[in-house]
Amino acid sequence: MDLQIALLLGQDGIVNGAIYALLALALVLVFAVTRVIFIPQGEFVAYGALTLAAFQAGKTPGTLWLLLGAGALVALIDTVMALRAGSMGRLKRIALWDLALPAAIAGLVLWLEPGRLPLWAQVTLALAIVIPLGPLIYRLAYQPLAEASVLVLLIVSVAVHLTLVGLGLLFFGAEGSRTTPFSEAQFNLGMLTVNGQTLWVLGASVVLIVGLYLFFGRTLYGKALRATAINRVGARLMGISTTMAGKLSFTLAAGIGALSGILIAPITTVYYDTGFLVGLKGFVAAIIAGLVSYPLAAAGAILVGLLEAFSSFWASAFKEVIVFTLIIPVLVWRSLTSHHVEEEE
Amino acid sequence: MKQRIPLLVFLAVLALGPQLLPEFYITLLNYIGLYSIVALGLVLLTGVGGLTSFGQAAFVGLGAYATGYLTTAHELSPWLGLLAGLGVTAAVALVLGFLTLRLSGHYLPLGTIAWGISLYFLFGNLEFLGGHTGLTGIPVLEFFGLKLSTGREFYYLIWVVLLGAVLATQNLLDSREGRAIRALKGGGLMAESMGVDTARTKTIIFLIAALFACVSGWLYAHLQRFVNPTPFGLHIGIEYLFMAVVGGAAHVWGALVGAGVLTILKQWLQDILPKIFGQSGNFEVIFFGIMLILVLQRARDGLWPWLVRLVPVKAKQQRTVAETEPLPCRQMPAAGTVLLEVKDARKQFGGLVANDNMSLTVKAGEVMALIGPNGAGKSTMFNCISGVDTLTSGEIRFLGERTETLVSREMARRGMGRTFQHVRLLPTMSVLENVAIGAHLRGAKGVLSSSLHLERAEEARLLSEARRQLERVGLGEHLFDEAGSLPLGQQRILEIARALCVDPCLLLLDEPAAGLRYLEKQALAELLRKLRAQGMGILLVEHDMDFVMGLADRVVVMEFGEKISEGLPEEVQKDPIVLEAYLGGVE
Repeated sequence: MDLQIALLLGQDGIVNGAIYALLALALVLVFAVTRVIFIPQGEFVAYGALTLAAFQAGKTPGTLWLLLGAGALVALIDTVMALRAGSMGRLKRIALWDLALPAAIAGLVLWLEPGRLPLWAQVTLALAIVIPLGPLIYRLAYQPLAEASVLVLLIVSVAVHLTLVGLGLLFFGAEGSRTTPFSEAQFNLGMLTVNGQTLWVLGASVVLIVGLYLFFGRTLYGKALRATAINRVGARLMGISTTMAGKLSFTLAAGIGALSGILIAPITTVYYDTGFLVGLKGFVAAIIAGLVSYPLAAAGAILVGLLEAFSSFWASAFKEVIVFTLIIPVLVWRSLTSHHVEEEE
Repeated sequence: MKQRIPLLVFLAVLALGPQLLPEFYITLLNYIGLYSIVALGLVLLTGVGGLTSFGQAAFVGLGAYATGYLTTAHELSPWLGLLAGLGVTAAVALVLGFLTLRLSGHYLPLGTIAWGISLYFLFGNLEFLGGHTGLTGIPVLEFFGLKLSTGREFYYLIWVVLLGAVLATQNLLDSREGRAIRALKGGGLMAESMGVDTARTKTIIFLIAALFACVSGWLYAHLQRFVNPTPFGLHIGIEYLFMAVVGGAAHVWGALVGAGVLTILKQWLQDILPKIFGQSGNFEVIFFGIMLILVLQRARDGLWPWLVRLVPVKAKQQRTVAETEPLPCRQMPAAGTVLLEVKDARKQFGGLVANDNMSLTVKAGEVMALIGPNGAGKSTMFNCISGVDTLTSGEIRFLGERTETLVSREMARRGMGRTFQHVRLLPTMSVLENVAIGAHLRGAKGVLSSSLHLERAEEARLLSEARRQLERVGLGEHLFDEAGSLPLGQQRILEIARALCVDPCLLLLDEPAAGLRYLEKQALAELLRKLRAQGMGILLVEHDMDFVMGLADRVVVMEFGEKISEGLPEEVQKDPIVLEAYLGGVE
């Protein structure tokens, strides 16, 4: 290996690491607020990328039907519950959020023929389809079990992951796709050639991380999420709805996931099941941070990205093995430093 | 006998199966059997123990590849292959368990996901294991010259192994070790205080689940006679967990139901779904996922309890406890010996000082009461003494030995029994079994003899001891009731019986009289007087002043984490500082 290859691998590693960092942040966020270990995070990555790819191939993405279906299902369940409870006031909100919004998005997509639109419009539409899936999935799968143990929620997560992967295969087929890059520009910095897309990924990651920082530090909703993460009962007593907090954190996670997918789709071929491994690497980073610290998770993610890039050069067949065994020293350290007997739930 | 009928019918059908059924169904039953063995391990791990693994398929793979490699590349006997597989599996499970089981509950499943993926890629990329094509030409199994070369012959082996594993698991759960396992879910802290090493118990069930999976893999390799990485990936590991959850994760037979339902469903869905969707692929996962979510939302206990309700035969319930020779008891220290000595204890939680400058002693044959307003730090003191918490600084001596760094199970071993301010018992277990957990350290038989039920003599003595203590505290009529069905006051009394089962010389009681009626309080006071007369030291936290003053030999009063007064009950009652703490100052 010479310096040029090292620089190239380093660049690769940092780009992937930035994506893992975004996913790790989303995972830490969802876990802290809802105690859900969000295995399906990766599916949002794949859905985001493949929805965009479907636009560019001139097809209507299957995720659109999923959005309509999930919205209708939530509307049905919530309407029945509202009627049973005799609270008609809820019906308007249900009609607006679960029926009208998905229908409007669908109408827009079918009317606009996104294949001919500029890239930014395609990206916006893809995000508009995938992001609402987050809160809808929270409503369908997790909300009825919000008080269950971490373990039960984890099993639900795995079930949701399987369902979404199966649906992904149904919607997008087994072939992978790539999308057109955001920018074809290339910059030469001495020996190193930097692609425009690389800068897009890094820039978007930084913007998102700063945005999240401001959201949690400066806005009422951000503070409500932090309060819920620290003490659910206490937050509820202060008038913060834990259901709202759950839906909001899932919305953020879906948004981060979909955007990550859209960012990497021009660099790597994305398949319907690519998201799982990508998401799990975000997990490795989150575990390094003990599922609590945001800065540690981001640092861990860069480490994972670099390790992956360099091991793909030296031992490409074993790169997954190497990345996933990275959690072992972390677990050793954690288990040696924790002594107390934990009482579950 | 009547309650055995469904089981006998089931066994008869199983035995006759291969004589009557066509090949296709034999194959299906063989796979159901193989999957059930794995799911059974998960029932023990997840349903009973409250831990989870998504990596069981990787353990199956270890079993299959170990024998596959040794019997083809080195032409060794399949029996050596089995031993090697079990050895490797045990080593991996112990390492993984050591890494994750001391951490909170979600690290084990996450660790097993990483492990499941890693092993799958290893199988696929190691030259000597045949890469993604795998290993072929694995020999058939032979029993005393009888070759098991067809599925029909193999069927009996699979089902004998499975039924043996079911029986062993059932036996294990109904034993001293089994009670410790059942206490893991929701009772870890309590079990530790009764002397159970919960980290060891968790490791044991993880190990058993891994070994079951390994055996299933060994059988699979010799049935199929070739192995490749596909059936050992993470997704199959997830399916195993589904089987356990859908079948009924807390019931041994649920494993069979779950494996059966999912295997048949998968077969059927794989047939029809590609036709419906017009393309090929593993679409059954969509339905499995949705089904699992619905099961967890609507029927968390799975299908088995629902099936049991369909069969009009009531399960037999144990209603008697054999009379046995009592367990040996420890030599009580002579009355007046100092049992417990706390000196300058300080406990800090971050910036909050919960205890400071606390000193007290408890002697054999006396009741020492620790009183004080709410939030004075009494329960923190209790937790530090009993090893649930550790002091920030200061000294605790129990029977002369420095103990401030010891964990609670070590305190139980040294003769300290305790109750909890917020009752900690296992609500669905019987009163008798709950109390028997207290006698955990007085039995010695391990997992192996428990699964074979070779420890029945010792078990009878433990249960008899539990009954003796329950009768002593006046709960003799409730031995077989569910512990959760008792009123709160009696649950507190149950905790005293459990603490007495530890065979303690020092008893720590945290508000034992709360929730009791007048007569029950008198009975409790009478019991504590008797215990005191037998030489037991009792440290009592209580808010009921009539109860305390009528019983205690000495009293320590705490406020804001510090001792403000100490002495005989009548002295303390007159102490102006105490009066101020309780009633407010006189201006």
